[in-house]
Amino acid sequence: MQAFTKLTGPILVLEQENIDTDQIIPARFLTATDFDGIGEHAFADWRLDDNGEPIPGHVLNRAGARNSPILVGGHNFGCGSSREHAPHALMGFGFRVVISSQLADIFRNNSQNVGLLPVVLEADQHAALLQMDGEEITVDLEQCRVRVRTADGAEQSWAFSIDPFARHCLLRGLDRFDFLNQAEDAIVAYEESR
Amino acid sequence: MLPESLPQSLFDKLWQSHVVQAQSESTPAIIYIDLHLVHEVTSPQGFDMLRDRGIAVRCPERTLATLDHSTPTLPPGDDGQRPYITKQAQRQVQTLRDNCREFGIELHDWDSPSRGIVHVMGPELGATQPGMTIVCGDSHTSTHGAFGALAFGIGTTEVGHVLAKQCLLQNKPKSMRINVEGKLADGVTAKDLALNIIRYLGMNGGTGFVIEYAGEAVRSLDMESRMTLCNLTIEAGARAGMIAPDETTINYLRGRAKVPQGEAFEQVAEKWLQLASDLEAEFDSEITLDGSAMRPAITYGTDPGMSVAIGEPVPEATNTTQEKALQYMGFHGGQSMSERKVDVVFVGSCTNGRISDLRAAANVLRGRSVASHVRMLVVPGSENIRKQAESEGLHEVIIAAGAQWRLPGCSMCIAMNGDMVPAGKTAVSTSNRNFEGRQGAGSRTLLASPETAAASAVMGCVAGVSDLEPAREAS
Repeated sequence: MQAFTKLTGPILVLEQENIDTDQIIPARFLTATDFDGIGEHAFADWRLDDNGEPIPGHVLNRAGARNSPILVGGHNFGCGSSREHAPHALMGFGFRVVISSQLADIFRNNSQNVGLLPVVLEADQHAALLQMDGEEITVDLEQCRVRVRTADGAEQSWAFSIDPFARHCLLRGLDRFDFLNQAEDAIVAYEESR
Repeated sequence: MLPESLPQSLFDKLWQSHVVQAQSESTPAIIYIDLHLVHEVTSPQGFDMLRDRGIAVRCPERTLATLDHSTPTLPPGDDGQRPYITKQAQRQVQTLRDNCREFGIELHDWDSPSRGIVHVMGPELGATQPGMTIVCGDSHTSTHGAFGALAFGIGTTEVGHVLAKQCLLQNKPKSMRINVEGKLADGVTAKDLALNIIRYLGMNGGTGFVIEYAGEAVRSLDMESRMTLCNLTIEAGARAGMIAPDETTINYLRGRAKVPQGEAFEQVAEKWLQLASDLEAEFDSEITLDGSAMRPAITYGTDPGMSVAIGEPVPEATNTTQEKALQYMGFHGGQSMSERKVDVVFVGSCTNGRISDLRAAANVLRGRSVASHVRMLVVPGSENIRKQAESEGLHEVIIAAGAQWRLPGCSMCIAMNGDMVPAGKTAVSTSNRNFEGRQGAGSRTLLASPETAAASAVMGCVAGVSDLEPAREAS
């Protein structure tokens, strides 16, 4: 997994609430046996027409969309299925961070496992970001802070909380499996105790 | 005297009895998994991880696989070939077959008499048992909580973790109890109960929680209905839903293939019946609803929380999310739902593809015909259900009414296999998600019970059972 420490870049805003995993990656793209190239199908039904051509004017098709490393999604982002294809598709598209005021449980776990940083902000902070499409912000995982310059020119620095172990692994690019693997003695002891 | 231990919820007990290594301030708990269910879509990269690291499946005997999502529901053609939607779908199925052979996992392949949707097959075989932890790379794993198990969906990385170590890294979720008091009225099914609960909670009201369902209306449900209720828990955002085991649970499991037999079963059943929340157990959230006031429900929007009672009009939108949902669905506030012509009806899925669901649909269809403009698919949840239905002649009723009788699989619920709803068309579906495009790009899904789905198929528009004319006498 690629390490994540700090990133500065423009945000891309999808303000709709309850963006579910069927929107992020429609089920017809789940028949592959690897995640290669899955980013090409991210939000396929939103940004591509029936012939697979980009729909002009869609925010996900604007110039620079794929160079916006930070996705700001509406409340309850990532609800629905357990498909890990969803965070893989977002990363394949170009995102490294997803920010919302609420993230679905399985999606958040999956994101942490594949190296997409999930950030949950307070409702008012999130609401401010929804109005800042295209502007540059900084996401700092070492400090657990999001830094923005709001419309009135003021510098804001917002703390966010993240599961400490997820943070530990993301900062160092560690595979969570290694932690599990090191617990072999405890697993054996548990199995023998049953 | 030893201090009395704190009262615990059923969830607390299931969690605690599976902790391999406790959660700390900086690390998650390591939880042991008793049963790992596997299907073709979310497992290939998990098996690749094992190969990359050169490790075996730790507990093949705790792992059970089936083919369900990408599988065609039409039989092989004259050439003997199954009509996979794409070569890639066929390759995905073959990959699971190869992986199960390589790693020694029991797979219910095409030739298995028990093959079925993963959440239908597990309980049917008795692989799902009270007190277990159960996971699967599928969010509807919550289904198995109906047996008093802690069951939830996981991602593919975690599928790899469980294959390799039979364990998961997890932080303990919060607990919620939903008490549904009173009796459900005649004609109100578990699907209706679940849609009423999701409407109350909202599609994210359960996020961060494990839900225990309790109360008279829940206790009086049979096992298939309990599975429907627990299945839909994830549609309120909660990863797991559960119901404490009782005699209904024990009677369902007795004699099934993978439970102990004879006296050994009665002994383990005694233990299972002890699994319940303590009287004084505390929950992070507790809700009590009146089941007797609930009515059959149908969704009108693009999340499962957007439902109305059958006969009620489409509500007025009160925010942009609802406005967008109505626009997608082609509804406007105040419109009568029965004005909506129905193009497709789907009865099946891990939510409502069990024998009682098929009987309910067939009972509506008996002596009636599916409206000429409606395409109706009835897809049993497993081979065992297909055989049972055929032995009861349900397939004849279904076919005589003008519906299609298919082979088991997820089919039109997730529309990966070619069974789909065309763009702009309306489906009344017994499945679990009405998200935009869920049943095919541009599809419009109305979620309802098998009874409502079958009634809508007959009427050709959104309708409840009470809207039907009397059936023709059997000739």
